[in-house]
Amino acid sequence: MLKPFCSRLLKIRSLASVTAGTIDNQEVQHFEKFLAEWWDEFGPMKPLHSMNKLRVPLIRNGLLNAAAVNSEEMKNPLVLKGISLLDVGCGGGILAEPLVRLGGNVTGIDANSNTIDLAKSHAKINKLEINYIASSIEDHASNHTDSYDAVIASEILEHVSKKEQFLEACIKCLKPQGSLFITTINKTFLANFLGIVMGENILNLLPKGTHQYEKFIQPVKLQRILEDNNCRTELIHGMFYNIFTNTWHWCTDTSVNYALHAIKLKKP
Amino acid sequence: MFLIILKSKSPFAKSIITRTCTKPGRWYSTTGNKHYDIIIAGGGMIGTTLACTLGKNPLLQNKRILLLEAGKEKAWALPDKYTNRVVSINPGTHKLLNSINAWKHIENNRFAIVKRLQVWDAVSDASITFGDQTSPEDVSYIVENDLLIAAVNNELKQLDNVKVQYSAKVTDYHLPEYHESSSSVRLDDGNTYSCELLLGCDGVNSQVRKAMKVNYLTWNYDQMGVVATLNLSELTDSLSSLVWSTTPDHAKELLKMTEDQFVDAVNNAIWKNYGRSLVVDQATKTFDTLLRLMNCPSDTVRQFPPKIAKIEEGSRAAFPLGFGHAVNYIGKGVVLVGDAAHRIHPLAGQGVNLGFGDITCLNRVLGNTVHSGSKLDNLSYLKEYETERQRHNIPTMLAVEGLHRLYNSDFTPLVLLRSLGLQATHALSPLKNAIIHQAAT
Ligand SMILES: Cc1cc2nc3c(=O)[nH]c(=O)nc-3n(C[C@H](O)[C@H](O)[C@H](O)COP(=O)(O)OP(=O)(O)OC[C@H]3O[C@@H](n4cnc5c(N)ncnc54)[C@H](O)[C@@H]3O)c2cc1C
Repeated sequence: MLKPFCSRLLKIRSLASVTAGTIDNQEVQHFEKFLAEWWDEFGPMKPLHSMNKLRVPLIRNGLLNAAAVNSEEMKNPLVLKGISLLDVGCGGGILAEPLVRLGGNVTGIDANSNTIDLAKSHAKINKLEINYIASSIEDHASNHTDSYDAVIASEILEHVSKKEQFLEACIKCLKPQGSLFITTINKTFLANFLGIVMGENILNLLPKGTHQYEKFIQPVKLQRILEDNNCRTELIHGMFYNIFTNTWHWCTDTSVNYALHAIKLKKP
Repeated sequence: MFLIILKSKSPFAKSIITRTCTKPGRWYSTTGNKHYDIIIAGGGMIGTTLACTLGKNPLLQNKRILLLEAGKEKAWALPDKYTNRVVSINPGTHKLLNSINAWKHIENNRFAIVKRLQVWDAVSDASITFGDQTSPEDVSYIVENDLLIAAVNNELKQLDNVKVQYSAKVTDYHLPEYHESSSSVRLDDGNTYSCELLLGCDGVNSQVRKAMKVNYLTWNYDQMGVVATLNLSELTDSLSSLVWSTTPDHAKELLKMTEDQFVDAVNNAIWKNYGRSLVVDQATKTFDTLLRLMNCPSDTVRQFPPKIAKIEEGSRAAFPLGFGHAVNYIGKGVVLVGDAAHRIHPLAGQGVNLGFGDITCLNRVLGNTVHSGSKLDNLSYLKEYETERQRHNIPTMLAVEGLHRLYNSDFTPLVLLRSLGLQATHALSPLKNAIIHQAAT
């Protein structure tokens, strides 16, 4: 939801010089400030941090139900050991890092190379091994066919225009029987009202133009595209965000935010 | 005055828990490796049990834990006599000690089952009784503090992921600033250690709490708790544990007396109805009638207080009593547990059970944190601990505080309230059950 906002912040300063090793103190300081803000649990990215409380268990339990994870491993802190996961639109790595901490083999891709630099430096600080690549999903899919046990597209679909193409590429990367996890925003009056009118125009929680209503997608539409790409939807859950307490809750109502888990079927 | 009647079980059991040196775990042989995932400051009943509980949590098996205790390592052997420092263990705590396998060591030594927990009001003849003698479920168990720690230590020393360091007094705490991600501690021998999460279990005068700069609501009662182990005359094997809250001067007197004089003083206090006035009597009677009108079971059969025969030698001691409440239990990279977070009057014998409840909750929350791939210091998980525990601890603390205030005034209107209050609790059993229920969780 907030990714374009922060990408924009980052674009203001080109960070290429920092990572290229050019010594420019001011640039380094700015880079550190952005890094700190991105990773501040209560900073501008707080809804993405707090969403981990729902989406990490969703992925963990989804893989358990899909039998990718042995149920005996459930009490093991490295429950995702041996599982390969692709985080599409990984941003600074807010979701990728916990998945690695659970033992997962994580690749994170993002079209924005600045956020990838940020993600890399944070993983280094935390001594986590994550394969970050600046790439589009379409490019990545061209040489990673049937490669991952799980592909995650969390809070990205609502910024994509060519949804069919995007999802097709995601699914191409999945192994047969692999799991696709998506979280996104519904195309309803309520989502439009809360996300755009309230969030951007009245409460100023997000910069104007963060979201475009036309890009939101209804769960049925999404399911249809997935079916066309040989995927079976396992579950759809509504998600509710309480802006006052910065907490997410599962709910039956999918009219604003929702999460979906689908499984790629074996070749027909 | 607060008197616990207990029936002792296997009072002089043969088996003895001995302690050997904690064997060094595989990580600690390398010198210079001074970072831990979790550091627990303070190895009292709470810190020790917390270390053992976290160490045994399968979700935390990869975490390295360091327990720092200022006191020396003590070899422990079951003393012949009951020591005067005992705690009553409620069913929740019993379950926790069972889950970490420590209860079996206590069972092999000695403990007492509390069949009845009675509080006598020295001013009028009202009494409050908890626990139904016909009920198979015991209200609580009485265990000596030292035995409890030794039992938990017995399990703790078998854990490779927990290192225990004795004679390790922490002199400085550094909590992480905005941009930092670890806390650090300095010991009086100059060594420093850092950690992702610091757990303050350092008791009432917690230095960790001071380093957090958290608001702490506190007052002293200007009272001392005189503790002693007593023998009742009716039953030969029946010991009882006494906590007598009184003025510092009177406490001093009570400690100076010979043991016989002390027994007389206790008996006098229980039996003598000083301060009983016509007003109190009249109010009690009126209230009794009121209860009958309301069809509440009236409390006609009064328990006679027992007669104390003698006191266990050398079991007398006095401690200052106070109230304390930390407004926050958590901060960036730090959590308060046990008396460091809350301190109550020992009147209802619940102090340490609140701390054990903290342990059960924190263990679950940290397990969930790790199971979601989050870092141990993730504040949104730690907040769950704070919310859940304060929701339980604060009402309990206020109830005990209320009870204390009821007992501690010689001003007639309050004395009167006290009698009425107690009688109401005695007769209205649903309310009493509610109190027992709150105390058990
Ligand atoms: C008279 C009296 C009667 C009581 N009766 C009951 C009862 O019947 N039932 C009940 O449930 N509770 C009772 N309590 C309360 C109970 O004793 C406490 O709740 C319990 O001891 C708290 O345990 P703790 O581990 O949190 O703190 P403590 O027992 O105070 O332990 C703190 C530990 O931290 C260590 N420490 C402190 N500072 C440092 C430092 N800087 N570096 C390293 N180590 C440090 C200390 O050495 C100590 O071992 C009673 C209390 C009193 C005073």
